[in-house]
Amino acid sequence: MKRDPLKPKGGFHYYLQSTSGVVGAVLLLFMVIVSICAVFGWLPHDPLEQNVLSAMKGPNSHYWFGTDEFGRDVFSRTLDGMRRSLTVSISAVSIAAFFGVILGILSGYLGRWFDQLIVRLSDVIFAFPAILLALAIVSTLGNSWFDTALAIAVVYTPIFIRVARGPVLTVKEMDYVKVTRILGFSSPRILRKHILPNVTAPIVVQIALSLSWAILTESGLSFLGLGTQPPNASLGLMVAEAQPIAVFAWWALFFPSAFITIVVVGLNLVGDGLRDALDPARRSS
Amino acid sequence: MTQPLLSVTELGISTVQDPRTLVNRVSFEIMAGEAVGVVGESGSGKTLTALSILGLLPRGVAVANGSINFEGNDLTNTSLENMQKIRGSEISMVYQDPMTALNPVMKLGRQLLEVIEAHEKLDASSVARVEVALRDVGIPQVERAMESYPHEFSGGMRQRVMIAMALLLSPKLLVADEPTTALDVTIQQQILALVSEERRKRGMSMLWITHDLGVVANLVDRLIVMYAGNIVEAGTVEEIFNNPQHPYTHGLLSSLPSRSDKSRKRLTSIPGVPQKPWLVGNTCAFAPRCFKASEICTSASPKLVGTLEKSVSCFHPMGGN
Repeated sequence: MKRDPLKPKGGFHYYLQSTSGVVGAVLLLFMVIVSICAVFGWLPHDPLEQNVLSAMKGPNSHYWFGTDEFGRDVFSRTLDGMRRSLTVSISAVSIAAFFGVILGILSGYLGRWFDQLIVRLSDVIFAFPAILLALAIVSTLGNSWFDTALAIAVVYTPIFIRVARGPVLTVKEMDYVKVTRILGFSSPRILRKHILPNVTAPIVVQIALSLSWAILTESGLSFLGLGTQPPNASLGLMVAEAQPIAVFAWWALFFPSAFITIVVVGLNLVGDGLRDALDPARRSS
Repeated sequence: MTQPLLSVTELGISTVQDPRTLVNRVSFEIMAGEAVGVVGESGSGKTLTALSILGLLPRGVAVANGSINFEGNDLTNTSLENMQKIRGSEISMVYQDPMTALNPVMKLGRQLLEVIEAHEKLDASSVARVEVALRDVGIPQVERAMESYPHEFSGGMRQRVMIAMALLLSPKLLVADEPTTALDVTIQQQILALVSEERRKRGMSMLWITHDLGVVANLVDRLIVMYAGNIVEAGTVEEIFNNPQHPYTHGLLSSLPSRSDKSRKRLTSIPGVPQKPWLVGNTCAFAPRCFKASEICTSASPKLVGTLEKSVSCFHPMGGN
């Protein structure tokens, strides 16, 4: 189909023009495929299977990433850990984004005491360092994967409140929103159809960035022993377990750390790419 | 005499905290099918009066007294649901600045459908209704326009779309708050002609707010002149233009350039600056700038007296020609 040269180009076109966006998308895609393999159990070895005879073997053709001190396959465990990290952080960010965006938009739109209440509450949460607050919540909730997700969600909800509220404050004063009121639109309709679509860009970018922070927080919690519990695999936990034997078995520490780095870098680059694609002022052409 | 469509009685608007009067004892009526113009300087309260009819006064400003009667409903004292039903379908408004008054991320067709959807169920005929509405206001290639975004249109075209939106549900009263100030003079004329014609076709009433006397002269039946939150003079266009009674109206008209006047005189202006409405108190608001002011003008406030054709609020009206 021929493109109408006068028609504006879609956001996807601009995304592809951003180098960091493309690189990030490739890295992220790789991690997602790897996690899907883990979901379906398409792994060379059982990530929990211990084999003392082949403990602390370096990378070889049978154990691609080597084995840890219990003889478990580091490759399978890394993939399974990646899956767990992504599950927890995607759940956490979904919850945070859902409630954060709703609260943020309502807070910006309604103003008055509701706004004051929400903003003060999120300031309170902001005042704590993320990992400390998550630690405190996990230690009261428990440490199933969903508790971890919930703890991370609580920590990141205020960011979404802020990101959604700011643009709403601007957009609700726009003439076209005033016109909807003049024409007798109800508030729910104004919010859903006329305000939300005009504030999505920063929220989408924030989702990508929050995912990377959530992965770091989840790894941090697991590293400290409050996230995923042994013998299950998680990237943070693997780093913790491999730390004492790092001198003898660098691979057990290196691969999970590398995966954390790759997925965090990938998500940040995707965030950059999205920001470039969604912000008309940053478009190069 | 027939019942007026809208009657505003002794309307007072003031700030909520630290009450300051912004509009004071404004009364006027609009008959079915009649077009009324409100002229006044910035801050004379004309926009606030219009917004109060729609119940959309800005935060911190409220109707302090008086009533606005629309077809038997007091609009100053009705539920939000009721008000939302009236807005857009019974009383509609054309906004000042067409450049920013359309949602930038929504296709035009969808935006007009939204207006229908806000008030009734969408059905098979809705799209056709939108198409007719757009065609009526002179949008070319309607099918294509429905699929376009606002930024693809010029200001004049967008104002046409705004008018189509306002007229979509056949309101009985159209409020227009200086809808042509943001447009070129030639486009202004087109929009004025369009609105006039639509009004005549539909037998719709109209309240046209402007600071431009030239704009309203050919457009409305009656004029209301506001000054510092008060109506100083009201009457038919002919009466006001040919026989202004209030010194302010007189001053306004003599500051207009005239093509027939070849004397190359400087245009006259009214000395001084407008009074703040809340400082008027129990005086004539125009007294400090009025060449006819006497003692009574600063010790009592004049009342608007006269008929629908002609009424004035002045102790020393200009008299004959």
